[in-house]
Amino acid sequence: MLLPFIWMILTSLKTPLEALRFPPTWLPEIWRFANYPEVFQEISFFRYFLNTVFITAVTLFGIFLTGVLAAYAFARIEFWGREVLFIVFLALMMIPLPVYLVPSYMILFNLGWIDTYWAMIVPWMVNIFSIFLLRQHIKTLPQDLFDAAAIDGCSRFGALWRVVVPLSKAPLVTVGVFNIIASWNSFFWPLIVTHSDAIRPIQVGLAYFSREQSTNYTLLMAASTLTILPLVILFFFAQRHIIESYARSGLKE
Amino acid sequence: MNRRLKETIAGYCYLLPALVILIIFRIIPILYSVRISLYDWGMAGPRKFVGLKNYLDVLSDPVFWQSLLNTGWFVIFSVPLMLFLALFIALLLNTKIKGLGIYRTVYYLPVVTSIVAVSVVWKWILNPERGLLNYLLSFIGVKGIRWLEDPRGLFDIIFSSIGVKLPTILSGPSIAMLALIIMSVWKGLGYNIVIYLAGLQNIPNQYYEAAKIDGAGRWSIFRNVTWHLISPTTFYILIMSTIVAFETFAQVWIMTGPPPGGPLGTTKVVMYYFYEQSFELWRLGYGAAIAFFAFLIILTLTILQRVGLEKRVHYA
Repeated sequence: MLLPFIWMILTSLKTPLEALRFPPTWLPEIWRFANYPEVFQEISFFRYFLNTVFITAVTLFGIFLTGVLAAYAFARIEFWGREVLFIVFLALMMIPLPVYLVPSYMILFNLGWIDTYWAMIVPWMVNIFSIFLLRQHIKTLPQDLFDAAAIDGCSRFGALWRVVVPLSKAPLVTVGVFNIIASWNSFFWPLIVTHSDAIRPIQVGLAYFSREQSTNYTLLMAASTLTILPLVILFFFAQRHIIESYARSGLKE
Repeated sequence: MNRRLKETIAGYCYLLPALVILIIFRIIPILYSVRISLYDWGMAGPRKFVGLKNYLDVLSDPVFWQSLLNTGWFVIFSVPLMLFLALFIALLLNTKIKGLGIYRTVYYLPVVTSIVAVSVVWKWILNPERGLLNYLLSFIGVKGIRWLEDPRGLFDIIFSSIGVKLPTILSGPSIAMLALIIMSVWKGLGYNIVIYLAGLQNIPNQYYEAAKIDGAGRWSIFRNVTWHLISPTTFYILIMSTIVAFETFAQVWIMTGPPPGGPLGTTKVVMYYFYEQSFELWRLGYGAAIAFFAFLIILTLTILQRVGLEKRVHYA
């Protein structure tokens, strides 16, 4: 299972000549760490990296904002049309990307957003599954808490901020982790809505790099290592949480 | 103002940000794609209403059927393979062995890493002359498989060695597709193991104890207790991994070709064909019609999941 990762790192530390030798060497004869700085010279890797961090961060902020508000409404406010609207939301979740991709592209085109960060951020600032997760959690909070807050003169929005959010840390972390992974790894959408190199996220940058320099294995492996490194670090810190939330989300559907 | 109205206004205020984005980037596009599919629609130039022509064209397009067949082979091979491997490993991990956490982490790592990076790495591993896989295979006497370049079908190779010529439709996944299948199983396995582990841990211990008291052997316990009680999980995995398999795209874009989908179009899956028609040839109406058929298949599978879960599956 780990062999592809080990091989990736080993290749990324060899000289180009040694990488191409057959039969291959396992450990590099000459450890060539210079491959890593070279990635940054060869492509605008640092730029891709910053782009991705920016896109991921802003998207996540949007998902939290829209998600908490919508989940709160679905769980705690008895507005007209709530049940129907909730079913509509769930139905939207099941519609596959190709169905809305082309018209979304046209809308982005008409907004003048193609090849901008907005095209990669705004359409993804709502995540229905996150709304669903948060709603399930907020529904379980006891009504007494809300009554107490109301008696203390807390407004509805105040209750959201002072009662719901502090009591929803676990599901909020789950939502955060899910969406960081999804944003960081997203490829299809940014591939389509970007044209210029300067705003490409890391995955699209790496994909084009692999097309343009398809035989430059040492640099490709170094770039791949750098691409997955941030998520691997996140994964090691939060693995228990990540794995368990995936397991739970799978069973809930 | 009455309470009900007040609640309604408040509710929609809270929903507003999510609603605005969903309406603009989901609901309008979904409705609009129906319209696009009825037109001969390019990115520029005149648009002509053609009625159902795009749909009919898709149905009589040999490349579409080829892409559906390719996707079908991908599903038929990768989904059961993944299912059995995942169940097998989950059963091993469920026996309270030491270091479960480490194993889980190891199997899970490919799931969180990006499909792009993983595809780049596997393309190198699958390199026919200098790749790691062919090097390892050479120890067991298998030499020179041209993984991503070989368009010959698997069954075709097997049957032609005994002198039987198969019709094209039965020639099986190409060697190149097989490479994508191996890589995708490796990538998705950990997710399914975790789902299975969660399912296994939900089986109450008394069933096993009862079976033991009745003198059931290991295989019998597995067959009559575990396999039965785990069937909702199996069904869930079956449907979910089929849906995911239908969305296969990045592997094809990065690992195959040039041109992607090669050799000889044997790795051109539905999703890639949709991309090619819509965003390389800018035949947007045609692309929308392909998307509609893909949706129809996924919808059927989802309905099957619901019906199946309610009727055929055993619950504890």
